[in-house]
Formats: sequence, structure tokens, C-alpha cells
Amino acid sequence: MKELEYPFDSEYILKKSKQIRRRLLESGADFVRKKIAVLGGSTTHDIIRVLELFLLDRGIQPEFYESEYAQYWQDVMFDNPRLVEFEPDLIYIHTSSRNIMKYPTPGTNEEEVGFMLEEQFGYFAVMWDKAIADYHCPVVQNNFEYPFYRLLGNREAVFPQGRISFLNRLNESFYQYAREHDDFYINDINYISAAYGLDKWADPFYWHMYKYAMCMQAIPEFAYNLSNIIKAIFGKNKKSLVLDLDNTLWGGVVGDDGVENLEIGQETSLGQVYAEFQDYIKAQKDIGVMLNVNSKNEPENAILGLNHPDGILRPDDFLLIKANWEPKSSNMEAIAEELGILPDSLVFVDDNLAERDIVSTQVPGVAAPDIGTPEQYIRVLDHAGFFEVTNLSEDDRRRSEMYKANMARARQQRSFGDYREYLRSLEMRASIGAFEPIHMARIAQLTNKSNQFNLTTRRYTQSDIERFAASDDYITRYGRLEDKFGDNGVVTVVIGRKDIAAKALHLDLWLMSCRVLKRDMEYAMLDAMVHACRACGLETMFGYYYPTAKNAMVRDFYETMGFEKTGETKEGGTVWRFAVTDDYTDRNTVIAVNV
Amino acid sequence: MDREEIFVKLNEVFRDVFDDDSITVTDATTADDIEEWDSLEHINLLAAVEQEFGVKFNMGQVVSMKNVGEMADIIAGQLGA
Repeated sequence: MKELEYPFDSEYILKKSKQIRRRLLESGADFVRKKIAVLGGSTTHDIIRVLELFLLDRGIQPEFYESEYAQYWQDVMFDNPRLVEFEPDLIYIHTSSRNIMKYPTPGTNEEEVGFMLEEQFGYFAVMWDKAIADYHCPVVQNNFEYPFYRLLGNREAVFPQGRISFLNRLNESFYQYAREHDDFYINDINYISAAYGLDKWADPFYWHMYKYAMCMQAIPEFAYNLSNIIKAIFGKNKKSLVLDLDNTLWGGVVGDDGVENLEIGQETSLGQVYAEFQDYIKAQKDIGVMLNVNSKNEPENAILGLNHPDGILRPDDFLLIKANWEPKSSNMEAIAEELGILPDSLVFVDDNLAERDIVSTQVPGVAAPDIGTPEQYIRVLDHAGFFEVTNLSEDDRRRSEMYKANMARARQQRSFGDYREYLRSLEMRASIGAFEPIHMARIAQLTNKSNQFNLTTRRYTQSDIERFAASDDYITRYGRLEDKFGDNGVVTVVIGRKDIAAKALHLDLWLMSCRVLKRDMEYAMLDAMVHACRACGLETMFGYYYPTAKNAMVRDFYETMGFEKTGETKEGGTVWRFAVTDDYTDRNTVIAVNV
Repeated sequence: MDREEIFVKLNEVFRDVFDDDSITVTDATTADDIEEWDSLEHINLLAAVEQEFGVKFNMGQVVSMKNVGEMADIIAGQLGA
């Protein structure tokens, strides 16, 4: 919804929240439901009210648990039955520097300050440990914002007795905990309060009147930042930037002004602005964002502009360069299709309001933010949080490379008459095995992101995944695929739940990344599942297909795999049966599998 | 801005905040008259009123304000009407 896209009007959102909520719920969008426990060290009523809007807007319909006032610690430590019964999918702990139990004073000696830090950190850590152990769900924790006054002035940050020094060290210990715990996330309110303006943020009126940790007007920006983390955890990040060229990546119009007259590089102020923006865009590749171009230009002019000697982006940085005179909305659709991703994973960056309008109305789901003037581009895209990082997996860093390799494969495919001959020419090698610690982050990421080749679309957190891996009641298999063009990484995940009494295995999850469609990897996985079943005496596998708006491509998957349909669910899903026999012969013949 | 104009604007703010077009506020309206107007919604309501009129209530005013009439008086006072 336009009103909830960054940059938004906070006061409008606060005032109209009820009406906005009603419209979101009436939109008929396909929401995923999540239970979120908000455990507060201060009042959380309006935080929940606004957070709900941003989550709904990202396709997540939250059900909230709200702790009694300032009972965050007690709720976890003493197993509040209401919280236990709630079974949260995510726990958010809303504390602030108002919740610090004891600060050092100018007379505290350094050693004592160290003890105080340990004590304060320990108070939180014991709660996190327990929350993680009891609820097996992601935990999001605020760090501490700076206080609004400084007794020691600028020395507050220098002397260990200063509150700013104390909070910085405490924050660092929180970050260390986050580095050591995969499903634990920091909500950086220290950054958000600074970006908002600490004096306004910390307005004591709201603390003393209502026990709010920040002023009312800051709540939308605060809640938006928090919603970025939550939507990223639940797999709702965007995947790709689609960029206009003229007056977006450089100043001027390459076709009219000529490449030598473009504003880019260190010669002019505006040129510097565009150079910094190009640098920011190029860095997106390192966090796995795929870059593409959608520009009204002659193709050769687009390439000329991108080869400008003072530019930073190069044609090679982009997967697809659509420089033509087609409507930009058609180019967006073509880009989504060629990359094998959905339009709602695209962010369209264009200085022209009319183009943004056409794209956002013609291609629903595409984000087309109002990026403002060139010097604002970076701030708007950055604060919008489209690509909020939760874990940096090796796959993220190499995503563009992998898609490039895919395009090379596509070219090779055209030179082969016979598809199987082509598959053999790829010299594919797969590793298939039970979930291993080094792959957990990627497996969790896949279960939360895969929409199209996903039979049941069950979303699991990393904690869930680790639990299945450790349990004897489940058979888990991941598959990693390499070929002569490169390593695709972990691309497919299957989770089967054993029913020992019936000697059966229920396939709760079967998904695959669309980047390896039609490579026979699904047959290699079927072979692996059959072998696993036989090894533990299971005689039948049951497959389930639950239709969603996005997974029609696998409607007949189990039929193709040789399963037999045994029934339908009332929601339109189908149930399939596969007899595991001793004379099973492997279906995959083109991939060398390493078990 | 006279008192009547203040009430027209106040009425709009109340309708927005409570998402209820049937609300009509008077001097005597209190939290008891509007179902959703509880102590938590009160905070948001005051913030919306402050923004609409470009005024700021201090703590003393927030604590002592008894009905919409008194709210309008404070607004009128700050606007110098």
C-alpha cells in the first residue's frame, strides 16, 4: 500500500491506522499467519498497532501476544502459561536504555564497571538462552539507544563510568551473542534513534506520561525497521533491483546529450552524487541482490553509458539489460520470467514518477519507491530495507555469478538437439545428504523463500530445521548441484516425517530452487528418499500438494515422479502414495551423486 | 480559528482516529461516550490532535483535561484565538 511504503508520512499512519488496517485486511491478499510475542520493558500498545500495518503490507498477518507492562523478563523466566500456550513463531523483546538496572557513577571503579556490565548482560543472556531453548523460534532483541543527556559531556563516551561508554560496551556484548546464535537478531534502535534525532526520540514526556521508550511520532519509523527484520526472517525479502539509466544511474540522457556529456564521476557535484549511487548499487551484489536494467534507450547507447570511464557499474554487473522502447511494465515481466523469479521480488528504481506508476499498476507486487532527488536515492533505497540481511550465506555472495552460469547453460542448450545429451554434457555432480550444520542457514533460507517449486509451502525457522535434523522421527535430505559452469550450491530440500507403525514416510516438505529446473535433480532426490526409506524399513511414501497462488508449476509433480493419487483435501490439495519396493531402480541417470 | 471551527476539525480527528464516521463530539464528550476511547487510545488521539492544530499539550494539561470542551479551550488558548 502506497501509504506504508518508505518514505511514509508517520503522522498520517498514526492517525489513520484503523482505516489502513481495515483496507489491508479487506484487500484479499494471500497472508501468511504468524504468531508474534511482544515482550516489553515499556508500553507496547502503539508499537503493536503500527507494526501490524507494516507486516500486513508485506503479506504477513500477525497474531500478537503482548506481555503485561514491563514483564518481558518474568514472562520468559517463569514460563507465563499464556505465553507457553501461545506458541510464538517469533519473540520480540522491546527494551531500551530506560530498562538498564544500574548505571556506573563517576565514583565507580573500572573493575566494578566490568562486573556491572557482566551482570546486566547476564540478566538478558539467561533470558535469551531460555527463550531459544523453550520456544525454538527466532528471537529479536533491541539494542540500547543513547540517553538524552550527558553528565560527563563528551567524556561520557570515553570514561568507563560514562553511560554512553557503558551502553556501547553492553551493545557490543549483545552483538557478540547475535554472532554466536543464528536465530537471534538485533533490532538496532541505537541507529534508528540517531537517524530520527535523539532529542525528539527520547522526549521525556512520553516516558513519564505513558512509559513509552520513544516519542509517539517515532513509532512508525521504529516499527518499520522492526518489520524489515521480521519479514526477512519469514522470507519476504526482495531479490532484485531493476534500474533505469538516464537520470537514475547518471545525470543526463545518453541518447540526446552523448556519453561524453553525462554527469558521472568526480568532475562535478552531481557527477559525484551519481558515482556514489553507482557504488552503492554495485555493493548490493555482495549481499546477493541481482541487478538488472530497464531503460528506454537504444541498446548500444545503454552499453556506452555503462562503459563511461568515470562510472562504477559495468555492463557485466547486470544479469539482464533491457534497453528498448517497450513499455517498462513489459520489460519488468520479461525480467521476472527470464530470471525465474516472481514480480513481487523486484524493486524498480526510476527517477520518473510516470514510469513508476505504470510499472506498479501494471505489474502488481513490484515495489517502485519514490526515490526523490539524486542525493536522496541512497537513503531512500537503504532505509526502505528491501534486502534486509539476516544471514550472509555463501550463496548470497555468489548469486549473480550463478545466474550468469545459468545463462551460459541456456546458450549451450540451444546448440544441442537432444535434451538428455545436453544434460549429460553439463557433467553434473550432486551431493545429497542429511541436513548438516554448515548448510542450516541456507536450508532455512530456502524453506522461507521458495514459492514456485514448493509442494507444501511450509515455512520453518532455522531452529525448526535444526530440530528435524537432530530427530530420529524425520528423514531430512538436502541436495547440492554442481556442473561444469559452476556450483549452484544447496538447491533442494526434502523433509519426511516417519510413521513407524504404518511403515510410512510423510513428505512434509519438498522444494527446489527454480534455478535448477529441468536438470533431473528431483529424480536424484527421489532416489535418495527411496534409499533412505529402505534403510529404515519404511514401505510407503505419502506426498502432499497444497495449492497456493504461486506453486501451480508443481501441481502434477508427484504424478510425474510416479506417485499414485489417493485423495483430495477440501482446500483443493492432493495426496499421493508411492510404494517403496526392493526392485526400485534409480530414476536419475544424468547426475553423478555423492551420498 | 473560532471555537466552532476548532470543533469541526476536532470532529474530523476523532473520526479518523477511531475510524468511525458516526462520531460527533461536543463540549461535554468524554472517554465514556466513545467505546474505543480508552487510556491507550487516548495517547494516540492527543498526538493526532496536536499534529492537526500544530499545538503541544504539556503534562499538566494532559492530566487535567476532563472533556472535549476543555481540550478545545486549551487549543484555542495556544492558537491565541
